[in-house]
Amino acid sequence: MTLRDIPVLFNGPQTLGRGKLFWLGVAAVIVAAAIYPQYAERFAISNTAYFGVWVFMALGLGLIWGYGGMLSFGQTAFFGLAGYAYGVIAINLGAAHSYPFLALICALAIGTAFAAVLGYFMIYGGINGVFVGIVTLSVTLAFATFMNQTAGPQWRIGRARLNGYNGMTRIPSLSIDWLDGHRIRFEGATFYYLVLGLLVVTYLALRVLVNSRFGNVLVGTRENPERVELLGYDVRRYQLGAFTIGGFLASLSGALYTAWGNFIVPASMALPAAAMPIIWVAVGGREDLTATLVGSFVVLYVFQALTVVSQEYALVAIGALLVVTVLIAPGGYVIWAVDMASRLRRRAGPSPPLSDPALKARTQRG
Amino acid sequence: MAKLLETHGLTKRFGGVTVIDDLNFGVDEGTLHCLIGPNGAGKSTLFKLIVGRHSPTAGSIRFRGRELTHLSTAARIHAGISIKMQVPGIFPALPVAQNLTIALQHRLGRAETRREVERLLDFVGLAADATKPAGQLGHGQKQWLEIAMAISLRPTLLFLDEPTAGLSPDETFRTGEMVLALKRDGMTVLVVEHDMTFVRQIAESVTVLHFGRVFAEGTIDEIAANTAVQEIYLGSTGHAH
Repeated sequence: MTLRDIPVLFNGPQTLGRGKLFWLGVAAVIVAAAIYPQYAERFAISNTAYFGVWVFMALGLGLIWGYGGMLSFGQTAFFGLAGYAYGVIAINLGAAHSYPFLALICALAIGTAFAAVLGYFMIYGGINGVFVGIVTLSVTLAFATFMNQTAGPQWRIGRARLNGYNGMTRIPSLSIDWLDGHRIRFEGATFYYLVLGLLVVTYLALRVLVNSRFGNVLVGTRENPERVELLGYDVRRYQLGAFTIGGFLASLSGALYTAWGNFIVPASMALPAAAMPIIWVAVGGREDLTATLVGSFVVLYVFQALTVVSQEYALVAIGALLVVTVLIAPGGYVIWAVDMASRLRRRAGPSPPLSDPALKARTQRG
Repeated sequence: MAKLLETHGLTKRFGGVTVIDDLNFGVDEGTLHCLIGPNGAGKSTLFKLIVGRHSPTAGSIRFRGRELTHLSTAARIHAGISIKMQVPGIFPALPVAQNLTIALQHRLGRAETRREVERLLDFVGLAADATKPAGQLGHGQKQWLEIAMAISLRPTLLFLDEPTAGLSPDETFRTGEMVLALKRDGMTVLVVEHDMTFVRQIAESVTVLHFGRVFAEGTIDEIAANTAVQEIYLGSTGHAH
C-alpha cells in the first residue's frame, strides 16, 4: 500500500462526502471540538460529552440497520449490560490503580460477547426482516424487567447492590494509572477529550470498514441477500460481523455512560430508551455514517432542550419528529439536505453534481 | 464426453406429490444445453435442487464427479456453478458498477476488479450506465447485469433460469448472442427456458422434462420434430413454435 491509497480507504460508494472540502470541514470540526473546552463552562463540557457518549451506539445501529438492513432494538440491551457490568466490576475492584479501566475493558467484552451470542442464534437460526426487531426488542425489555425487580438485598454481586428500579449508584469514574504512577481521572474536560478521541477513531474506522470489501458485501446483503449468497458469500457471517460490531459500540456507550454519570438504571433499557437510537439514526440518515453522527447529535441536543421544559412533551415531540421524517425524508434529513444542495447546484450551473449517483436512491428509500 | 453435471435417481416429493421422479439427467462439458418442459414439469424444482434451495428426497446430484447434495449454496458456487435467477437478482440501490464489484472483489484486487468491471459492462452493453443505480435500469438491462454478475465468477457451469423472461424480441435476441459468445469462450451453459425462439437461437442439445422425468432428449431439430413433445407442450399436435 502507498500513501496514495490511504484516501481510498476512507472514501467510497458507501459514504457521502469525499472531496477536499469535506475533509477540510471534518478537520475544522475536530479542531473546534478540541478547543471548545477552553471556552465553555464545566457543565456544558460535561453535557457535550454526554451527547457524544450516545453517538457510539447510534453509529453501531447505523452499521447494523442502515448498512446491513437489520433493524435492531437490542442496542439498549447491550448498552445496559455493559453499563451494569462496568458498575458491578468497578464497585468490586474499587477505584485504585487502573481498576476502573479494567472494568471498562471487561464490560466491553461482556456486552460484545452477549451481542455475538444473541446475533449468532438469531442470524444462524434464520431470523430476519421484521423478526430481528421483535427478538431484539423482547431481549431488551426482558432484561429491563429483570433488572427492575432486583431491589432486594439478596440481589448483589460481591459488594455491588443492583438496587432494582432505582439502579446502581456511586460507581467509580473511569481512571487509569500510568507507569510512573501518575493517575488520569476521566472527569470533566478529560472525559470529554476521551469521548472526542474515541468518536474520531470510531468514525474513521467505520468509514474504512463500510468502504471495504466487508462493507460492499454488507450493503449487498441489505439489498438482496439471495444474490449475495449466489455470489458465493456466506451472508450470515457478514450479518453477524456487523451485529457484533454494533453490539460493541452500544457496549462502549453503556460503559462510558455509567462511568460519566456514576450510575445506571433499568430505565436506560426500557421501551422509550430502546426506541431512541432508532429515531436518532432515522432522522439523520441511517445509510451514511456522517448523517447518522450529525443527526444523532442534533436530536440528542434538541431532546435534552425539550426535556428541560417537559419530559412527556419531549417524548411526544420526538415521536412526531419520527413520523414527519418517515413522511418527508424517509432516508433522513442530512441525506435529504445533501441531495437538495446537489440539485440546486446542478440547476445553478454546469458544475459537476455534489453527491454520488446512488444518493437519489438513498433519499427516496423508506 | 465427460458429464459435467449429472443427476442419478433424483427424486423430490412434497407430501404426496412427486415433482421430480427418479430423474437421470446430464450436461456435457462445453455444451449449451436447454432444459424445457410445460408448466409443472419440475423445471423450477430441479433448478432449486441443483442450487441447494431444496434437498432431494432421494438420489444424487454430481458436479465434476463430486456429490453436491450436502453442500450449501455458497459451497456449490465455490465448486464452479454460477446462477442467474428468473427474477433479476441485483442490488437496486447500488450503482451498476458496484453490483459487479461485489461479485468480483473476493477473487481480484482493486485494480483488476476495476478492469474486469469495465470489460463485463462492455460485454453486456451497460458501460454507459456504470454509475446509475441498478434499480433505475430497464428490465432487460437488469437481466443483463445479473448475467454479468453470474459470469464474473468465471464459472465452469453457468446456470440461467429463464433469462429472457419479460424481454422484448430484440432484447431476447441480444441475450442469445451473449449466451452464444460465452459458449464460444468455453463455458458450459445450462438454460431453463420457455421461449422456443430463444431455445432455437442458442441450443445445441435439449432435454424435455415432463412430470419430473426426462421425456425426450436430442438436438433442437429432433425435439421440434418430436410429435409427442408437441403434444405435451401444446396439448395437441400443433407446432412447437
